[in-house]
Amino acid sequence: MTFSLQLEARFDKLLKSYPPGRQRSALVPMLLYGQDEVGSISDELIDEVARRVGVTPLQVNEVLSYYSMLHRKPLGKYHVQICTNISCLLWDGDKLWERACKKLGIGHKEVTADGQISLEEVECMGACSWAPAVQVNYDFHHFVTPEKLDDLLDNLRKKQ
Amino acid sequence: MLYNEPSPLETRVLTRRFSLPNSASIDTYLATEGYQAFVKAAGMKPDEVIEQVKISNLRGRGGAGFPTGMKWSFVPRSSPKPKYIVVNGDESEPGTCKDRVLIENDPHQLIEGCLIAGLAVDAHAGYIYIRGEYRYLIEVMDKAIAEAYERGWLGKNIQGTGFDFDLYTHTGAGAYECGEESALLESLEGKRGIPRIRPPFPAVVGAFQCPTVLNNVETYCAVPAIIRDGGAAFAALGVPKAGGTKMTCLTGHVNKPGVYELRMGFPVKQMIEEVGGGMRNGKKLKAFIPGGSSCPVLTAEECEGATMDYDSMGQRKTMLGSGGVIIMDEDTCMVKAALRIMRFYAHESCGWCIPCREGTTWLRKILQRFHDGQGTRNDINLIGDISKNMLGRTFCPLGDAAAMPTISIVEKFRHEFEDHLNGKPCPYEHAEHMVMA
Repeated sequence: MTFSLQLEARFDKLLKSYPPGRQRSALVPMLLYGQDEVGSISDELIDEVARRVGVTPLQVNEVLSYYSMLHRKPLGKYHVQICTNISCLLWDGDKLWERACKKLGIGHKEVTADGQISLEEVECMGACSWAPAVQVNYDFHHFVTPEKLDDLLDNLRKKQ
Repeated sequence: MLYNEPSPLETRVLTRRFSLPNSASIDTYLATEGYQAFVKAAGMKPDEVIEQVKISNLRGRGGAGFPTGMKWSFVPRSSPKPKYIVVNGDESEPGTCKDRVLIENDPHQLIEGCLIAGLAVDAHAGYIYIRGEYRYLIEVMDKAIAEAYERGWLGKNIQGTGFDFDLYTHTGAGAYECGEESALLESLEGKRGIPRIRPPFPAVVGAFQCPTVLNNVETYCAVPAIIRDGGAAFAALGVPKAGGTKMTCLTGHVNKPGVYELRMGFPVKQMIEEVGGGMRNGKKLKAFIPGGSSCPVLTAEECEGATMDYDSMGQRKTMLGSGGVIIMDEDTCMVKAALRIMRFYAHESCGWCIPCREGTTWLRKILQRFHDGQGTRNDINLIGDISKNMLGRTFCPLGDAAAMPTISIVEKFRHEFEDHLNGKPCPYEHAEHMVMA
């Protein structure tokens, strides 16, 4: 399996970051960084990461099912994550979530037909003092109002 | 960058560089006494470093509040095994967003804290575990680490002291449980984040089965100031049994939510009224959570005379926790709040301990039923009973974290559960929908 040069460099650095014989430590970071490039945790990615860190694909499967950011199915190009946990809830994060579902016609962990946007109702993402918060891929959006959410989604629909 | 306006009532120790241009750069850091605490510590004996941390009354800022100096003293320095410094930057306790600000605005302060901890326990490598959602902070931290290597503040023979130290970032991938220290260590080793049975504690058997100092981001960030100005100066900022400042995240129904650095022991009322700009829309305070969603809830009456420190919160049978303050006004439905908190713990339970795995799921279902108007009077007691049966019966504190707020909400806001009985729709939600219609 081939990756971009940047990702290869990152993998090399990761595999050198841990004590000798402890390369398995790179497993979760490699899966997450790999997913960012490949689009999901594909069977091929599992085999490749397993080979590089020296475990079996089964061991990789066992680990990846634990982590909520690792996805076996491809997400949308823009993965919109809306927090409805307590601090965001107090600033109507739940209403933002309902609004986004209605506007896009999709639900939790679903993708729009064109593959452009996916939605996920997420647990606390660490933006509690600037609630309600939304994350698009890794970008944070704070103090999101219904109007700001509409603009955000409209722009994502058009964005290349 | 800062996401909220600072408050004049803050005491700037960990955040002292935040208002400077390029506060995250090594040039800014070095121009403002940066790395001087490391130089000072390198000239001290390890025991003297630990002694200053003990004198400072610094207590773990992740939530448990364990005395940091004591924790460091448990590391067997004479062990032939390598020792490790591990930074818990998994910040996932609902209501908490302070470590994010610390790393983003002053990453070198964290590096220096790790170096000093390394000197104190004879560790020569460290890992900064950062939650997966904070991807941009991995980039910030990697950049700062690269700068530190270039300028000789990391690597071999740092600044001619003869001390070697390597530092690495490690990303999580979405798991609240990995903020628990032993689960974090499992995760760092490329496994599922399931807690370890203790003892042995990480100080003796931690990362890679070696002695390890494991502290929260904020804890390490306090260390340079302690060594620079002396433990006594740091202790004097706080209250008798807890020194320094606390990064406090005001969240919920206040006019100016934000992250503020407040001296330990800051009065709760003043924090809400003056730092937080008062309650939103002039509403009354109904409920107050001092340090993240796992802490028992206080009523407005219980907040009278309370201060933000371990003892004051302990007297009120809650905890200072992580500094994630959650403020709820009179219109908040406490059943809904309990439900949302329980949904979180049910989602995050790793499933290893049955009382937690089953308890959180049952409670989520019962609370959901209740909020939908299908609850019975017996359910109110059942919620309390199940929660109490989870307490102390799990390997890690996640079970307790789910049970404690729930027990307090049922005890203190029982009437709100009764308001949902007999098929009645949520009285609080209902009013809101009327307005919206």
